[in-house]
Amino acid sequence: MAEITDLGIAGIRDGFRAGEFTAREVAEAFNGAVASAKALNAFIIETPDHALAAADAADKARAAGDLRPLSGVPLGIKDLFCTEGYQTTAASGILGGFTPTYESTVTGKLFAAGAGMLGKLNLDQFAMGSSNETSAFGNVVSPWRRNNGGNAALAPGGSSGGSSSAIAARIVPAATGTDTGGSIRQPAAFTGITGIKPTYGRCSRFGIVAFASSLDQAGAMAQDVRDSAILLEVMSGFDPKDSTSLDVAVPQWEADLSSDLKGKKVGIPKEYRVDNMPPEIDALWQKGIDWLRDAGAEIVDVSLPHTRYALPTYYIIAPAEASSNLARYDGVRYGLRDLPEGANLQDMYAATRAAGFGPEVKRRILIGTYVLSAGFYDAYYTKAQKVRALIARDFEEVFKQVDILLTPTAPSAAFALGEKSADPLEMYLNDVFTVPASLAGVPAMSVPAGLDSKGLPLGLQIIGRPLDEQGVLNAGLAIEERAGFTAKPQNWWAK
Amino acid sequence: MSSYRIQGATGEWEVVIGLEVHAQVVSKAKLFSGASATFGAEPNANVSLIDAAMPGMLPVPNKECIRQAVKTGMALGAEIHRWSRFDRKNYFYADLPQGYQISQLYHPLVGEGAIEIDADEKAGIAEPKTIGIERLHVEQDAGKLMHDQHPTRSYVDLNRSGVALMEIVSKPDMRSPAEAGAYLRKLRSILRYVGSCDGNMEEGSMRADVNVSVRKVGDELGTRTETKNVNSIRFVMAAIEGEANRQVDVLEAGGKIVQETRLYDPDRNETRSMRSKEDAHDYRYFPDPDLLPLELSEEFVAACAAELPELPDAKRRRYEGELGLPAYNAAVITADVETARWFEELVAATGKPAGEVGRAASNWLISDLFGALNRLGKDIGESPVSPKQGAELLGLVADGTLSGTLAKQVFEIMLETGDDPAKIVEERGLKQTSDTGAIEKVIAEIMAANADKVEEYRGGKDKLFGFFVGQTMKAMQGKANPGVVNDLLKKALG
Amino acid sequence: MSVDAATVRKIASLARIAVTDGDVEAMVPELNNILGWIEQLGEVNTDGVAPLAAVIPNHQRLREDVVTDGNIRDKVLANAPQAEHGFFAVPKVIE
Ligand SMILES: [Mg+2]
Ligand SMILES: [Zn+2]
Repeated sequence: MAEITDLGIAGIRDGFRAGEFTAREVAEAFNGAVASAKALNAFIIETPDHALAAADAADKARAAGDLRPLSGVPLGIKDLFCTEGYQTTAASGILGGFTPTYESTVTGKLFAAGAGMLGKLNLDQFAMGSSNETSAFGNVVSPWRRNNGGNAALAPGGSSGGSSSAIAARIVPAATGTDTGGSIRQPAAFTGITGIKPTYGRCSRFGIVAFASSLDQAGAMAQDVRDSAILLEVMSGFDPKDSTSLDVAVPQWEADLSSDLKGKKVGIPKEYRVDNMPPEIDALWQKGIDWLRDAGAEIVDVSLPHTRYALPTYYIIAPAEASSNLARYDGVRYGLRDLPEGANLQDMYAATRAAGFGPEVKRRILIGTYVLSAGFYDAYYTKAQKVRALIARDFEEVFKQVDILLTPTAPSAAFALGEKSADPLEMYLNDVFTVPASLAGVPAMSVPAGLDSKGLPLGLQIIGRPLDEQGVLNAGLAIEERAGFTAKPQNWWAK
Repeated sequence: MSSYRIQGATGEWEVVIGLEVHAQVVSKAKLFSGASATFGAEPNANVSLIDAAMPGMLPVPNKECIRQAVKTGMALGAEIHRWSRFDRKNYFYADLPQGYQISQLYHPLVGEGAIEIDADEKAGIAEPKTIGIERLHVEQDAGKLMHDQHPTRSYVDLNRSGVALMEIVSKPDMRSPAEAGAYLRKLRSILRYVGSCDGNMEEGSMRADVNVSVRKVGDELGTRTETKNVNSIRFVMAAIEGEANRQVDVLEAGGKIVQETRLYDPDRNETRSMRSKEDAHDYRYFPDPDLLPLELSEEFVAACAAELPELPDAKRRRYEGELGLPAYNAAVITADVETARWFEELVAATGKPAGEVGRAASNWLISDLFGALNRLGKDIGESPVSPKQGAELLGLVADGTLSGTLAKQVFEIMLETGDDPAKIVEERGLKQTSDTGAIEKVIAEIMAANADKVEEYRGGKDKLFGFFVGQTMKAMQGKANPGVVNDLLKKALG
Repeated sequence: MSVDAATVRKIASLARIAVTDGDVEAMVPELNNILGWIEQLGEVNTDGVAPLAAVIPNHQRLREDVVTDGNIRDKVLANAPQAEHGFFAVPKVIE
């Protein structure tokens, strides 16, 4: 039998139900794996007690015949989700020691469904970053290494870098992520796992530390498409506490999984064929096209004409919203307070925020403050919201012709830590393929599809119509079945 | 026409006034959280995690607050915007947990409307005047900072944080402190009629930001200053007067008015600059991304309209017309919704047509009841006499049971004891008598005892008639029907 | 539009982030680089386009006016850097 820690959600759930092992055995196995993988720095805090308590409850539930959807399954939780009684930091010094007295809606649903928590996963500070290098708790390291002998530590992607690294290293079976401009999909692509960002409004934002409210969406990160479907199904659902939550029923995504794409049309947007795209990624994209055709889909060339303006649009809207969302971190009610000798209230704010926020967070707050300031609001913010409307309209138009879209997830494989962190703009450009779907609020997923010449994973992105997560998952499954992606990183981290 | 003018050294100056009124919305819960909106709780008791701006907390608007604002907009004759949205006003202060106030700048809930103010010769308002309303929007209140509880610290209480406010912005249509006062009184009256704000300025549920500028008559608008958070009508009028005179002094000395925020100090009766807040002026408003556009359905708007009560102007016209009340009475009674409500209950309790009893009821209410309440220092809501008791008293006068004098006597006892008038009349034997036999007997006794005066009267000294009336009433302990006494005396004296 | 050191200081002050001269010096080219890149949006013709109001068409729901929350002072103050007598405490503010 395979190691328990090789199992994903479905494997654990089904094995546990069949009595092959107890939930406690599962929790202990993963607690051990987490404890031995400090070299990845994937966790900000470990919560083995939570995982064990949930496991014991699951074992009792099984005995009582009272199983729930995630009974026996331990998860990693991105440290952007507020967890009652467990420190929540958004990987920022400004929330040092903050212990919520409340539970986020999404983690509440997961725990109510029987899941346990292995720990709070590291991330880019306030989810701002694409490499997990902006965390106040240190970089997360990808478990992957290049096969050309170079031993460079690689980025796990970001901002959900702790989630992607931990799943790829098989120290958690699955994890929550959040995606504002690609923060689930890009790290999934970098680490050879799957990650789905649902339609904006599917998952409640209540209790998730906000970055950019109109873009933030929680989603599922897992080993494969089925696990993503199972996890997302539990995370999703209407929440009256979030005004932007969609009041629609959650479909049975797992039960309705089907890789038969007969009658489906797949669009290939020409604007995603960018300059300087590595030929390997282009080639993989072509393979993806062939796989979907093989699954019965009709391939159609389409155009999303405003694609190239998505990134600059995003870098106005997201920082603008962030500059306001992060104003509450002022040292008055929670988190860090820096009160220099003789400082007044406003000095205290400035000192606290200077000490508590990292450089990338400050950079985005300043950009956001600038674009909203007197005289610039219309030129930047209003303009960006108009372009955003055009980008959303592009998707609306294209989804009149096709059912889903296929693109690469990222323009490169994982880069080395430190390789892009000196130039913020170069880092931003890594989200070029993921940001448009975020701006339009449509569901999108990354599935691992192959390795590059250095042995690093590459992902393909599937984008769907609003609320058609099923279509996205099904196309993902069709690729997954044909790609046969089984590569795993060599374990160098366990001790 | 007597216009308000400031006499400067260089000539006459006109004052231009606009008011932004913050009115606390009457609701059980706060605008965006389920915490109680009531006053007077222990510090930080009426606070949810949303009001304290904990990480990840999100706002969901309270339907009642929107309904109240829509009804208020309708009462101001204003346009109700079917599509509006909330914006964030960003600034840092310890009483503002989110670091922004959720308000409405770009697309307010309510557009242009108007308020009619009355002529008031004494106050120098020569004619009735229409004051334009620019807009009404809904926003959150801030918390409260306490400065006097610790030598080096201020304390933050978030009980008010997130309570719903309506900001009602007038056009710069007022030209004197008196007009501003009349506008505020009328606005408060309308808010109280609608029930959307209790109008209590002392408790802070209505405060005004006062925009003032001066100009030579006929000139372009001058630069204005904004005096924040003035919390009584008297202070608003004083602040305008003081600020207008200050501006005239500055301009006549060759200076310039700086567009700035000022604070009114009631102790010194002057405004002063709040330079400390100047750099916070770039509020970086943008649509709140945690909220969706507020789209009002036709049913919602229609329901608001259906709930709208009769408003003071309409009521006043009806009282003058249908009820035949004197203009003065109608104005006094309709000025405040509680008085009007009391009056209507009073009239209804008489069980008679309003057109028949309205005038007498209004006279009694204004002279007797108001007089008594004034003496007692009570509001009409605290009246020791109920409308039903008042109606009973009026009934006893109407059916001749009580004379006017007796009625006043009974009313005093009602105020003291809270008893019903009929009971008082019964127990104390205060009933007016029209028993001619008894009165004739008394008259005969008085005439016998005052034979000399009878002679004088009969000799032509008519003035003595009053003496006989007084003696008779006295002997009857005031309970004789004065009309009957008159008739019988005339007959007996010949 | 490009920013100079004075503008960066002004923005930082608006955002209540203390900056050193060194910070400002580093931020000027960085922010200009980003802002310059953002400005390519100027190329897009947006005449007659309404700014996006809601990502996915959705209506603002309204809550019923019921008191469902509050009276949780311990939870509200649980993480306060300084709380006294049921209040949050801050350095004295002179108004
Ligand atoms: Mg104002
Ligand atoms: Zn206001």
